[in-house]
Amino acid sequence: MEDNDLTKEFLIESTENIGRLDQEMVLLERQPGDATLLASIFRCIHTIKGTCGFLNFWTMERITHHAETILGQVRTGERELAPPLVSLILEVIDAVKRELRSIERTNEESGEKYEDLVARLEKAAANTAPAAAPAVKPLEPADQITTGRGPSVTDSTIRVDVGLLDKLMNLVGELVLARNQVLQFTSRLEDASLNATSQRLNLITSELQECVMKTRMQPIGVVWNKLPRVIRDLSTQCGKQIHLEMDGAGTELDKTIIEAIKDPLTHIVRNSCDHGIESPDARLRAGKPAHGRLMLRAFHEGGNVNIEIADDGGGVDTQHVKARAIQQGVVREELTDRMSDRELANLVFLPGFSTAKEVTSISGRGVGMDVVKTNIEKIGGTVDLVSHRGTGTTIRIKIPLTLAIIPGLVVSVRQERFVIPQTSLLELVRLEGEESRRLIEWVGTTPLYRRRGNLLPLAFLDRVLQLEQGAGDAADVLNIVVLQAEDRQFGLVVDQVNDTQEIVVKPLGKQMKGLNCYAGATIMGDGRVALILDVLGIAQRSSVLAEGRGAGRAGERAAQDSAGNERSSMLLFRAGELERLAVPLSLVARLEEIPRDRLEYAAGRPVVQYRGQLLPLVHLAGQLGTGAGQDGEASVQIIVFADGDNRIGMIVDEIVDIVEDEMRIRHASNRPGILGSAVIGGQVTDVLDLQSVIQSADTGWFEKSHEDRTYRVLLAEDSAFSRGLLRASLEMGGYWVSESRNAADALAKLRASRFDVVMTALDLPGDGAAQILDSMRKQPELARIPVVAVQPIQQSDLGCRPVAPGFSASLSRLDREGMLRSIAQLAQAVDAAEPAYIHNLDRRSESHEPPR
Amino acid sequence: MSHPDSTADSNRHLATFFMKNLYFGIEVHKVQEVLRAQEMTCVPLAPGVLRGLINLRGQIVAAIDMRERLALPARPGGQEPMNMIVRAEDGAVSLLVDEIGDVIQVAAGSYESVPETLSADWKVLVEGVYKLDGRLLLVLDTEKTLQLQHAH
Repeated sequence: MEDNDLTKEFLIESTENIGRLDQEMVLLERQPGDATLLASIFRCIHTIKGTCGFLNFWTMERITHHAETILGQVRTGERELAPPLVSLILEVIDAVKRELRSIERTNEESGEKYEDLVARLEKAAANTAPAAAPAVKPLEPADQITTGRGPSVTDSTIRVDVGLLDKLMNLVGELVLARNQVLQFTSRLEDASLNATSQRLNLITSELQECVMKTRMQPIGVVWNKLPRVIRDLSTQCGKQIHLEMDGAGTELDKTIIEAIKDPLTHIVRNSCDHGIESPDARLRAGKPAHGRLMLRAFHEGGNVNIEIADDGGGVDTQHVKARAIQQGVVREELTDRMSDRELANLVFLPGFSTAKEVTSISGRGVGMDVVKTNIEKIGGTVDLVSHRGTGTTIRIKIPLTLAIIPGLVVSVRQERFVIPQTSLLELVRLEGEESRRLIEWVGTTPLYRRRGNLLPLAFLDRVLQLEQGAGDAADVLNIVVLQAEDRQFGLVVDQVNDTQEIVVKPLGKQMKGLNCYAGATIMGDGRVALILDVLGIAQRSSVLAEGRGAGRAGERAAQDSAGNERSSMLLFRAGELERLAVPLSLVARLEEIPRDRLEYAAGRPVVQYRGQLLPLVHLAGQLGTGAGQDGEASVQIIVFADGDNRIGMIVDEIVDIVEDEMRIRHASNRPGILGSAVIGGQVTDVLDLQSVIQSADTGWFEKSHEDRTYRVLLAEDSAFSRGLLRASLEMGGYWVSESRNAADALAKLRASRFDVVMTALDLPGDGAAQILDSMRKQPELARIPVVAVQPIQQSDLGCRPVAPGFSASLSRLDREGMLRSIAQLAQAVDAAEPAYIHNLDRRSESHEPPR
Repeated sequence: MSHPDSTADSNRHLATFFMKNLYFGIEVHKVQEVLRAQEMTCVPLAPGVLRGLINLRGQIVAAIDMRERLALPARPGGQEPMNMIVRAEDGAVSLLVDEIGDVIQVAAGSYESVPETLSADWKVLVEGVYKLDGRLLLVLDTEKTLQLQHAH
């Protein structure tokens, strides 16, 4: 019995020490002169040896004895600690680990004798080729006395069984629920002392919860500790030189999450060493130092923990990835043609993908990056890969701090309560009475709400969940919970918004596994169960979010959808004989239906009194010369475009639909007012040239805007369609725009007149964007003008816009507001005579720069 | 579990319950406890068999309506179901039944495998039949009973 306890104690202690040894050995190899380190390693091996002898673990005693001898020789300066010796000692450590595991399982050693290892150890121990100079100075007495920096820490800590901590956490969860219940009861009673007591209970519970959560927190260093060893072994194996740097090892995470990311993290690191960092030769040829760098970074950010694994290797060979992906059938070839490099690089996360030509011992073991992704998504995290050819790859993992207790917003619909995780919540909007009917606009069957100039798609929770329509249907109040699902925002309409609460997340049984709209359940203050909504699932179910986009979780993402060309929402309408016209929904401010008799004429032009102002109107059918349109209807449909106080309404015959599709022009058009035709929603659709329509209607729109100073923008863009689109957006924003189709023309215009901002398409033919940039930077008078890169439509990614090197900003063509905001910032910076470079328009772009 | 030889020993104890006029039994060691009607939270979009979720001392337990599961007519209004909490792989599940019976010991000799003429649905759920005095006791296969087809 006593022996058993001793063995257990020995196991716990040795496992802990041995884990540290790995790291210390590698460190020692790099700093061979570190006597304290050497002493610590020596002491550890010595202790294990001693205890093994005492407990009759003879094999272990034998091998550690030899290791001790060798280390002793190094310590006394008899020999140097050469890499082969380090490898030998590491082998000993491995053997000890194996034996420890065996003892843990069976209470006995494994029976393996390690003859080969012992023989080599004996040989090494005997062969003390005297070192030219003692590598390590003999320890000075003072060192020996001050060896332990640990005791103070070890004295104040105790070991606790993890099971006990888990139980503690569960109990605190129950306590939180009971507290919520007590608070609910006492709030109804008017007993001062009871209230005071329950307030105290409230505070204590919160504090206890926090403390217990802390006991489960572990620094991420626990996982990182074993990486130096992994990397050392790998680099020896593949003949590479890799420096590992770690930043933020003290960042703390819940133990369950630490457990969950351990394997994915190791896998990513292995991959970076194997595929990412090149051999020293290749690196030198590429003009990089022979040593590759692998950088691990962890930091907290808004309730999440970010982990970055960055290497300065060759980056992902997207063409190779593409070829492999097609060959392995994980993606269809035609889809890859339109993919950006970033999207191509992210193909590695698709199930079934592997670049390894053959299975090496390092990677290609069948654990693909898709497993990494699935595992991280399982704990509510995300993973993203950004790679720059030649300069390196960064993988970012974002995971929640804890899974157990989260803040949630309680809402109710049809007397049922639901909880929405606070992390997805953006804002709450409450519309009352008349407003609630007026501000919700319907396009076909799609409800929309205009939120600060943007149309926000709405989903009614009762409809999404197919709850029966109750009596209180004609609600006078409309509560919209604005939520973020992936890169989309949508409004969830609920009957009531109750309050926010700390909730304890409990999993749902397998009976409910097929339901993707719930993330779990919790117990409310009154003891009843409430379901926690899965915002992404709700968005998908209500088709606010196209199925394919959000399907990345749970490994359901279909390869074809992940190819995701940029899609945008388009408003479809009819005007005269043009049955199917489209305009990007992002340009639309409002849709109105106005009784025909409210149309008036001012100075010969149709206007309507609208919110205390006159709204100038354009008869679109008349303007486009496609017949007069219908006059018989009692009311007219108006699409309102706005820029600040500047508004214009376009009279159309019918609003047909809103569809989400790719915006790809197939045929340019000669017809005035039409940019060209595209296939949208499976049908040929004409895309309206908003700018030319407004201009030819001569409403004074462009003259009126921005009296103070008109910034001049030079737009270099090859595609007529994009040029039209960008020009329309810019001119509606009050800029004066001049166009160029190629780099030469752009540069000529730049020399001829003054511009405040240059916008160039990244895909300008002949690498025109780079030409413009280079040429401008070389000319002193042009060097300060900000140059903005516009991403190709098919390739820009809404989520993330890396700033191409040298450009002041990088923009998506379809993000009108973001574009205008960035341009305004850049233009004003020039005005303020500040350096025209704005390196990071948004924080997101920061992380995409290659590691330096 | 569904193997008659291993289950039909003479010491078999079954927890019994009534559904309409039918008599059912479940292995007694699979039953965790029996409760009166509990307050329930419905799960929209879940299959109809899944009546809702109950709070069993802090544990969230799905409740399966056995009337629906066995394709019997719905329980008449006003009749509160009883909860028979059974242990499953991933926690407890409650079976909503009409009335709870005794725990009885059944003799191996009275066991018979499922009659061929039973409807296909039932044949999956019922593992065997005990011929008792004056009535039949249908033994449910709990694992199969708890397996629901995903509606959506």
